[in-house]
Amino acid sequence: MTPAIELRDASRAFGNVVALDRVSLAVAPGEFFALLGPSGSGKTTCLRLIAGFDQPDSGCVLLGGNDVTNAPPFARDVNTVFQDYALFPHMSVAENVAYGPKLRGVPARERRSRAHEMLELVRLDGFGSRRPHELSGGQKQRVALARALINQPKVLLLDEPLGALDLKLREEMQTELKGLQQRLGITFVFVTHDQGEALSMADRVAVFSAGRIEQLDTPRTLYVRPRTAFVANFVGSANVVTAETARELTGRADAFAIRPELIEIVAPGAPVGDGDVVCDGVVVDVLYHGATSRCRVRLSSGTVLAVDQPDAAAAAALTTGSSVRLTWRQALAAPLEG
Amino acid sequence: MGTSRAFSLQGRSAFYFALLLAPPLLWLGIVYLGSLLTLLLQSFYAIDEFTARVVPEPTLATYEVLLTQPAHIDIIVRTVAMAIAVTLASAVIAFPVALYMARYAGPRLKALFYVGILLPMWTSYLVKVYAWRLILAKQGIASWGFEQLGLMGALDRALAVPVVGGPSLASSYLGMFVVFVYMWLPFMILPLAAALERVPNTLLQASADLGATRGQTFRHVVLPLALPGLAAGSIFTFSLTLGDYIIPSVVGAPGYFIGMMVYQQQGTAGNLPLAAAFSVVPIVLIGLYLALARRLGAFDAL
Repeated sequence: MTPAIELRDASRAFGNVVALDRVSLAVAPGEFFALLGPSGSGKTTCLRLIAGFDQPDSGCVLLGGNDVTNAPPFARDVNTVFQDYALFPHMSVAENVAYGPKLRGVPARERRSRAHEMLELVRLDGFGSRRPHELSGGQKQRVALARALINQPKVLLLDEPLGALDLKLREEMQTELKGLQQRLGITFVFVTHDQGEALSMADRVAVFSAGRIEQLDTPRTLYVRPRTAFVANFVGSANVVTAETARELTGRADAFAIRPELIEIVAPGAPVGDGDVVCDGVVVDVLYHGATSRCRVRLSSGTVLAVDQPDAAAAAALTTGSSVRLTWRQALAAPLEG
Repeated sequence: MGTSRAFSLQGRSAFYFALLLAPPLLWLGIVYLGSLLTLLLQSFYAIDEFTARVVPEPTLATYEVLLTQPAHIDIIVRTVAMAIAVTLASAVIAFPVALYMARYAGPRLKALFYVGILLPMWTSYLVKVYAWRLILAKQGIASWGFEQLGLMGALDRALAVPVVGGPSLASSYLGMFVVFVYMWLPFMILPLAAALERVPNTLLQASADLGATRGQTFRHVVLPLALPGLAAGSIFTFSLTLGDYIIPSVVGAPGYFIGMMVYQQQGTAGNLPLAAAFSVVPIVLIGLYLALARRLGAFDAL
């Protein structure tokens, strides 16, 4: 099947700063795709190339198999939800939503009814005559969504769509966006620096670092099998064990990452199963997180490992300086490249 | 005790607040609004024809004189027509300049633009007006320039147009119009550039993203968002033209303008009430203009 979006060796530099370095990726039709990375990693540049706000210095951009590398934004079957929503302040909510059809010459009556339908879709019926400045952040977000979806684009791009919302609203919108995408069957590509958001919404995630894709996988694979130390640290938290330390712990000089919740704290001298890694250390500190407690343990080699202890009572019994034994199944650890 | 102390502190800070606020409020209240009110009040008095003294009794007689004498109506119509023409021309010339300054020029070029627009405003107004009289004179640089370009015929034809034309640019309404536009153009460019500069880039991107060509984005997004700046600029050019008396007395045809009338009535003629009534005309017109601009939605984007 022809990918909905394809980047081939796309590069973009601003002065001396390389924002995107020979990035290739393909997004399948109907996929919910996330571009995840810290600020300056190239994810937003990538989105701008797809939307047409910017052109790559080299490489090309394809939409539905057609080369659109140099096509202007208005000639692309793609619509964008902007980070700051970019609602037109001089238009009412309904006029904002009906802007796309108006440009296409749709008669006033029809575009009014379509705008009304879109506002219903994002649960904002009755808000049509308001002005953008009279809306809350979450409502503006919905208007931006309705305005972008009314053209029935093949691809919807979302630039940090939930960044400006408070936590509660963000979680609500995550569920709503996911539901909307499944109902409409449109390809969604969203940019985020929030790994939790990427993991919970996306079908696949491209993790960006320094202008390159570090890893492109399903959320589950990213979490369970991060291939680089960067991904292991950026997606969830991880103990990254260097090759040198690995040799002491496992006898093999292969770097790996192990999630804190996979490490178990047992009494010193307790017996352990076959193939399990065992090491002894001293508690550095314990932080209460609610569902779990995060305990940091310094091994005799000097390496500090984070361990999640689900049993709050057991965690409370641990005090700074107490000796503990750590153990985990090495099969669950993710081998790292480099 | 804690609360009473907090209360007394509040009382003290309120006192200081009032103390700080009093001078500017008095200045605004007495020097600006107070004098404006006395001026307005004057227009409701009338002059005694025999003694040439102002009779301080409320009457509409002065307004009757203002609005019933054809010569006065002529002056008002002439001034308003000139103000409208100057405002329209300023807007048309200022828009591309402001747009380029605000959205396309780099920081250095933009600074150069601002200097270029502000620097002429720092030179004496009188010097510039008299210089223009020389430039536009029959043997002046302007007509020399037209001749060099082989456009003398066009100039002659323009000067042959009834009402706006005349024996030379310096003694025609056309020349006066040119000087007015030159003088007030910066007052149109600056608010317009400020308004255009405030238009967020993402709005233009959003418009393009939703399918608008550059022309459509300009018409549906840039222009409406520049309207408040256009309104502010046009209030400057309109009201400055309505009130000016120096340009019409130095350059152009001999017809009177409101400003000249105010000057003459309160000076040589000594008819302060009529001068006041004449100066009420621009105030009323600007008020009407603002109401119209508001109704047309010029301030919706504010």
